[in-house]
Amino acid sequence: MSGAAHAGDSYLTHGRGLRSWLLTVDHKRIGVMYLGVIVGTLILGGVFALALRLHLWNAGGGLVSNDTYNRLFTLHGAVMVFLFVIPGIPSALGNFVLPLQVGAKDVAFPRVNLLSFYLYLAGAVLFLVTLVVGGLDTGWTLYPPYSLEGARGLGILIALVGVFLAGFSSILTGVNFIATIHKLRAPGMGWFDLPLFLWALYATAIIQILATPVLGITAALGFMERLFHLGLFMPEYGGDPVLFQHFFWFYSHPAVYIMILPAMGIVSEVVSVFSRKPIFGYRFIAMSSLAIAVIGFLVWGHHMFVSGQSQWANLVFSFLTLLVAIPSAIKTFNWLATMYKGAIILKTPMVYVLTFFAIFGVGGLTGLFLGILATDIPLHDTYFVVAHFHFVMVGAVMIAFLAGVHYWWPKMTGRLYDERLGVTSAVLVFLGFNLTFIPQFIVGIAGMPRRYATYAVEFQGQNRLSTVGAFVLTAGLVLALWGLLASLGKAGARAPRNPWGAASLEWQAESPPSHHNFEVPPDGVSPYDYTTLKELPGDQGWVVVGKREVA
Amino acid sequence: MSAPTQRAAAAASPFLQVHFRSMREQLDTAKLGLWLFLASELLFFGGLFVAYSVFRANHPDTFLYAHHFLDWRMGALNTSVLIASSLTAAWSVRSAQLGRQAELRLLLLATLVLSSMFLVVKYFEYSHKLHNGVFWGAAYQPSQEMLAALPAALRAAPPPTNLGTFFSIYFLMTGLHGIHVLIGMGLYLWLIRRAGRGDFGPGYYVPVDAVALYWHLVDMIWIFLFPLFYLM
Ligand code: HEM
Ligand SMILES: [Cu+2]
Repeated sequence: MSGAAHAGDSYLTHGRGLRSWLLTVDHKRIGVMYLGVIVGTLILGGVFALALRLHLWNAGGGLVSNDTYNRLFTLHGAVMVFLFVIPGIPSALGNFVLPLQVGAKDVAFPRVNLLSFYLYLAGAVLFLVTLVVGGLDTGWTLYPPYSLEGARGLGILIALVGVFLAGFSSILTGVNFIATIHKLRAPGMGWFDLPLFLWALYATAIIQILATPVLGITAALGFMERLFHLGLFMPEYGGDPVLFQHFFWFYSHPAVYIMILPAMGIVSEVVSVFSRKPIFGYRFIAMSSLAIAVIGFLVWGHHMFVSGQSQWANLVFSFLTLLVAIPSAIKTFNWLATMYKGAIILKTPMVYVLTFFAIFGVGGLTGLFLGILATDIPLHDTYFVVAHFHFVMVGAVMIAFLAGVHYWWPKMTGRLYDERLGVTSAVLVFLGFNLTFIPQFIVGIAGMPRRYATYAVEFQGQNRLSTVGAFVLTAGLVLALWGLLASLGKAGARAPRNPWGAASLEWQAESPPSHHNFEVPPDGVSPYDYTTLKELPGDQGWVVVGKREVA
Repeated sequence: MSAPTQRAAAAASPFLQVHFRSMREQLDTAKLGLWLFLASELLFFGGLFVAYSVFRANHPDTFLYAHHFLDWRMGALNTSVLIASSLTAAWSVRSAQLGRQAELRLLLLATLVLSSMFLVVKYFEYSHKLHNGVFWGAAYQPSQEMLAALPAALRAAPPPTNLGTFFSIYFLMTGLHGIHVLIGMGLYLWLIRRAGRGDFGPGYYVPVDAVALYWHLVDMIWIFLFPLFYLM
């Protein structure tokens, strides 16, 4: 493949020209390409969101037609879920970081990794095509019979293919990650020497491999039903629309753990490094990731409490749903205990993570309202649900994603971003986020339904707050992007190998790493042992002094 | 690995990829990856098995009626063809491990021939149904000839509902399985080409092993489809 890496030859400069990027099998370049496309989808979904919020400024709507509104929230939801939050952390950050953290040269199957990227890209392009073709106004859940009726036309077919392709991309990423963690760990690195981000990715990959194929077959069946009237989902041909809901949520509930588990992994890394304390309750955090992955498969029916499934099913699903709270709470308390008596350093990733704690707490607890049968029935399909899932998907996952991007940015680019801009962006995102979504809890409890283009006048005040919040949030995100991109310019400061004083292996590689990651293949080390690290004066970061505790 | 050791390792086998430390590690990793992918495949089919179960539980009489349209002899023939092909596939791995080149090529070819036999039989089954109007879903319109072949007791009673859905499930499951057979044939063609070049031997047989694993899964799915549709 490649020649020997010489000094100063990073993965960014190893091979030049567009071709060397488009055909690369280097996990770091693939990660960076994912990051670019994923941020693009966030911007696209965000533009839809702003349009929605502007439309909702007045109770009577008015910015766009009601039909356009339906299309906007469908594409907003679908783009955000399938193209941004699901692949966001694993495919972009995971691809970059995972091999480095196990001390390997690449993922187990580099070419499959590239294939996975292109499948994802194809899926994303198809979603863009539906924008032009139109007709997709079903909500991201694509429920039949509405979605498969004749009138929906081409848009739904294209979207289903897009979902199918993006799904297979996710499966292949999962396969790659599990195989890499099993087989390519550095010598001496045992299972309990893995950074917790990897335990999180491992648990995520289990879900990706076992749940996503069901989404794939559901999309394929929906496609065929629409074309050939099979009689599986459409009542007019003898089919059962509730079966579609079961299939859909058998994937889409576990999918929320595909979103949140990697986010929790980032939080575990950041909270320990910036408290300068070993993570508290390592094994509990690791095992609770697996527990969440397993229990997550058994709760999908909580999306269907009012679909007509049996009362017994409702009861069991409700009970199992509440069980997920246990491992989630275990994680939260361990994070808080990690900070206890730590030397907390308020750098950007840590500020993002602190806001994560506040928001994830609310998002998680309001989930209990929706998991409990008696409270879910009045809250179902109101803005309370919208606020709840935005607390989790935006307030927790997107914020953890931002924490992760800032945390690994010096490693990816070799540059240090401006801390003042970073911290300001975190504060703005936090304020804007709460201003956007707290009012939605209130109008939701008061009974404002979701997915309507207009609403009762009494809700107008809160809705306007929410719209203002959306713009504050956007300002925060733009500032974050600006701060990061500005560091790439001439003025951007060079990053040392280990700017944060973190102990996991990726910080032993150069910033940015060389083509094969490490000049000398490293041995495993305890990822949270800070005793042997010492800070150099100036912006030179941290170095290992003395003998590190070998894993 | 430093550059010289890397080259030394690569000299041992041209098929060792740079990010693996040894051929053994490469083989183990490939097999693990394939098992994971097969688990995924199983859940992909799993959706269809669930659809089968749901509709069977809701419309048991439909399923009993409809299976008379399927010829169990054809199904049994195909079952034995596939089992034989799994045997030749497993055997081909052994030949590759032992470096018996001629035997390997023969066995790979045998697997390919058997899998095409499977599809030929399937072709006859499908075309018989489609010529007689036994379509999926709303298009189900069986010919008189087809109905006349039913047992007398069934002919006397009015036909059950949702027969179209049964055939949708039948065509979907056997069709998806058939696509997997086609992919398998492509893979065996590729292996035959590489075996002809003498790529495989005791040091390197990852692809033969991996494709055989895949092939066993395809075989196993059929082992479930056969009784579910033809016998029950
Ligand atoms: C990570 C970022 C985000 C994700 C994953 C996300 C996800 C979703 C999803 C899944 C829906 C449901 C669509 C449907 O009901 O079919 C939705 C709806 C909506 N989202 Fe977001 N969203 C994100 C960010 C935002 C932001 C930043 C805003 C506002 C500033 C926003 C505003 C809305 C609005 C207004 C709706 C429509 C609710 C309705 O009428 O039912 N979203 N979002
Ligand atoms: Cu759920």
